[in-house]
Amino acid sequence: MSFNLLIFVSLCYVAFLFLVAFWAERRAYANGARWLRGPFVYTLSLSIYCTAWTFYGAVGYAARSGIEFVTIYLGPTLVMVGWWWILRRLVRIGRAQRITSIADLISSRFGKSTSLGVIVTILSVVAATPYIALQLQSVTQSFAVFATSGGQVWERPDFLRAAAWIAVGLAIFTVIFGTRSLDANERHSGIVIAIAVEAVVKLVALLAVGAFVVWGLAGGPGEVLAQIESSPISSFETPGGRWAALIFLSAAAFLCLPRMFQVLVVENSDERNLQTASWAFPLYLIAVSLFVLPIAVVGLERMPVGSNPDLFVLTLPLAEDQGELAVLAFLGGFSSATSMVIVSTIAVATMVSNHIVAPIWLNTGTQGASMSGDVRRVIVRARRVSIAGILALGYLYFRFSGGGAALAAIGLISFSGAVQILPAMLGGIFWRGATRVGARLGLFAGFVVWLYTLFLPSFGAEAVMSQAMLDNGPFGIEWLRPQALFGLVGMDPLVHGLLWSMLLNTAFFFIGSAMSFPRPLERFQGAQFVNVFAMSTDAKAWSGSAAPAEDLLIMAQRILGGREAQTLFQRAAQEQGKTGYLPDVTPDFIVRLERELAGSVGAATAHAMIGQLTEGAAISVEDLIAVADEAAQILEYSSKLEAKSAEQDITARALRAANEKLTALSIQKDAFLSQISHELRTPMTSIRSFSEILRDMDMNADDHRHYAGIIHDESLRLTRLLDDLLDLSVLENGQVTLHEQSGQLSDLIDRAIGVSGVQGSPLKIVRDKGREKVALHTDLDRLVQVFVNVIVNAQKYCKADPPQLRIQAHRFNGHDVVDFIDNGEGIAASSQGMIFEKFARLEDDGKAGGAGLGLAICKQIMDRLGGDITYLPGKSGAAFRLTLPPAAAKPQTSELLATQ
Amino acid sequence: MPTPPPSGPVYLARASYRQRRLRDVARMLPLAGAVLWLLPVLYIAPSTGVVGLYVFGVWFVLTLIAAVIAGKLDHTNDAEKGSVDTDDGV
Repeated sequence: MSFNLLIFVSLCYVAFLFLVAFWAERRAYANGARWLRGPFVYTLSLSIYCTAWTFYGAVGYAARSGIEFVTIYLGPTLVMVGWWWILRRLVRIGRAQRITSIADLISSRFGKSTSLGVIVTILSVVAATPYIALQLQSVTQSFAVFATSGGQVWERPDFLRAAAWIAVGLAIFTVIFGTRSLDANERHSGIVIAIAVEAVVKLVALLAVGAFVVWGLAGGPGEVLAQIESSPISSFETPGGRWAALIFLSAAAFLCLPRMFQVLVVENSDERNLQTASWAFPLYLIAVSLFVLPIAVVGLERMPVGSNPDLFVLTLPLAEDQGELAVLAFLGGFSSATSMVIVSTIAVATMVSNHIVAPIWLNTGTQGASMSGDVRRVIVRARRVSIAGILALGYLYFRFSGGGAALAAIGLISFSGAVQILPAMLGGIFWRGATRVGARLGLFAGFVVWLYTLFLPSFGAEAVMSQAMLDNGPFGIEWLRPQALFGLVGMDPLVHGLLWSMLLNTAFFFIGSAMSFPRPLERFQGAQFVNVFAMSTDAKAWSGSAAPAEDLLIMAQRILGGREAQTLFQRAAQEQGKTGYLPDVTPDFIVRLERELAGSVGAATAHAMIGQLTEGAAISVEDLIAVADEAAQILEYSSKLEAKSAEQDITARALRAANEKLTALSIQKDAFLSQISHELRTPMTSIRSFSEILRDMDMNADDHRHYAGIIHDESLRLTRLLDDLLDLSVLENGQVTLHEQSGQLSDLIDRAIGVSGVQGSPLKIVRDKGREKVALHTDLDRLVQVFVNVIVNAQKYCKADPPQLRIQAHRFNGHDVVDFIDNGEGIAASSQGMIFEKFARLEDDGKAGGAGLGLAICKQIMDRLGGDITYLPGKSGAAFRLTLPPAAAKPQTSELLATQ
Repeated sequence: MPTPPPSGPVYLARASYRQRRLRDVARMLPLAGAVLWLLPVLYIAPSTGVVGLYVFGVWFVLTLIAAVIAGKLDHTNDAEKGSVDTDDGV
């Protein structure tokens, strides 16, 4: 296999990737090929986690430390299978808030803070640069392997030249496909497809080499296991702390690395893709790591002592004269490196342009957002320059770090730099109390500790830090030794640095958050992030903006492009029922526009630009409280509705009852009128007839007396009826005068029994006189009248044999009451509500001899006296309870009552 | 003070009940994985081969369960309401 042929093959491969990317962009533009956005392309795009460091380095790692290499894949597996916890939330927030990068996420969460965006961007650049250098190194090394086998010997200038060419090629590819659209939500279809293809290539390559090693060289899985047992790495010696720390580190890095955030969240087009990737990506990781240990063990056994285990994947097939397999392996490694560099560069370039270039440009632009030049062009140009700049940084790092072992160790250190974002990120999406101050403090502390304990020492002794400083601490302060901070000696340097940086980071983040008070916008964003599943995506923001729609349109055109901006404005205008391009500037519209702009330039910049036009119409606490918690408002509203409908139910029930009563009363009144006319007519007819007889006929004295007696009786009956009516009318109009006297209850009952004439009748009265010693001060005559009425009623209506009336006095609820209970049939429940009404007559026969006014009069009297009379249901017969007027009651005068 | 209205139904039909429990499994899965993968460090220098087989075994089972859950989990808005975190005040 000649070296030139290899160059040719690589160029063909690159050309193929270009074609695939172009094709995918065109298909995406034509809205075709749904599978391009499907779950499997999404899963494959996640494989940029497996970089060249994975492809080559994992075998080298396994050859040095055995099974420990696998921790790098266990962490991401835990994150993926646990997608319900974090990823689902992140993806939902990313879509709702149109997040463009991890810096944008942090900045947007903490009140669209520019400074936080800058901190995260710088952290990301610093952490990503060595990693990009690492990729350049592995590709140049793999080229060198082929050159060496072709007879050339590569010197350092050859390495540097190759690295430069690779960097330039990657920059061109990334600029072409990575900056076509500005809007993060339009997504980079071309690049996503290209890295999906590369993901397949690297998996196939690694599986092919693995299968060749296991079945071609070792002779089967059994033999491989036996070889592992007899190899130098046969026993598991990783300290527990390091094992756990590495799993945590890889899980955290999987979430925090800018490139992973890009493919996981920003490029995610459908939440359901996550569901499939939750098992498909772990499966990919299993496949990738399955043959790592066998390749390492077989390589250790077969390759000459001192050969670089990092390149076993390549050198093993070459040594066995498997040229084609070696080329496949080379392409696999090439794919791993390039896909990682491309996505990583795009992600970091987006951050740099949105969080560093755009704010600077906004601040230096003297004329403000609406008047200055074409923002769109500025941002795209900034992004292109950033891509080139980041690759140049990677190249320079590669050049000055001198490559080699120092670089190989940087992988995990780069990871631990990226995971400094973790506390702010998780705190931001799960804890509403997280504030900008806390996030700043935490990030800053974590970053500084990471630089001091991991990053700077990683260059080796005497490079940045002197050996003396490493050994004795700065200025001889022992407890500040970079690799034994606070006297924690004898620990693995990586675990040591990770422990202190994460501990201090989290502590500062928490304390800073708990001690500070967030600005209104922070609180608003915090609620939006933490309650992302409860909030609609368009929760209302604030009102009171005064920006003219035209200025907003001019600005939007400069960011989104003319056509897109006009479409957006036109649609908004249409929704408001207007024609033309200029909608009313409502809060809704402002929020929507800001989101759209945020999709292009990040939340902080979009907010700042809108803010310039709306003349700093900032959100206030009042606005916040009024609009902040949409979910709570909805909840409150629905519970209010519930209460209201319950209230309406009660009212309706009361109305129904009243209506029934009215209907019954009306029927009763009609009945009474016929009754009263009957009652009046009957005696009148008798009187008329008998007086005619007396006038016209001759009769003896006896007959004469008899007829006169009838006339007398009938006129008495008439008088009684009229008396009753008069009495009731007087009582109802409050014109009665009460004659208050003092007396004893038992005497009153004696009087009533005497007057009612029950003595000698069959009705038996049962009393307990001992309990009737109640002193009263009221109108005793009236009270006796009530007693008489009740007793007479019992006498008339109780049909039991023998009839009996129990009179019981006792105290009930602080009042003296007297119950009159007979042993008759009682009163039907349906009639109980009616008996105290005027004209109530339960039976329409005239047996009662009255007109149904008795109980109505009783009720009126008791009311006037300050007591009450009620029907007592649930007794064997008819039962009335008289609540006696309180003994110490003030004398109530009729005048007083009349005014009531 | 009136009691706040309940945020959701207290008892669920069989299908929604099953969905809730599936979500519980989805939540427990990473924790179970973490615990299982931390077990090897408790042993004193076990062989790489055994640890490797164990780690890969756990890995495979975990992935399998994740696949089964992903197939059955209903990823609609209705299914999500139950997991909405309550507000802890503005």
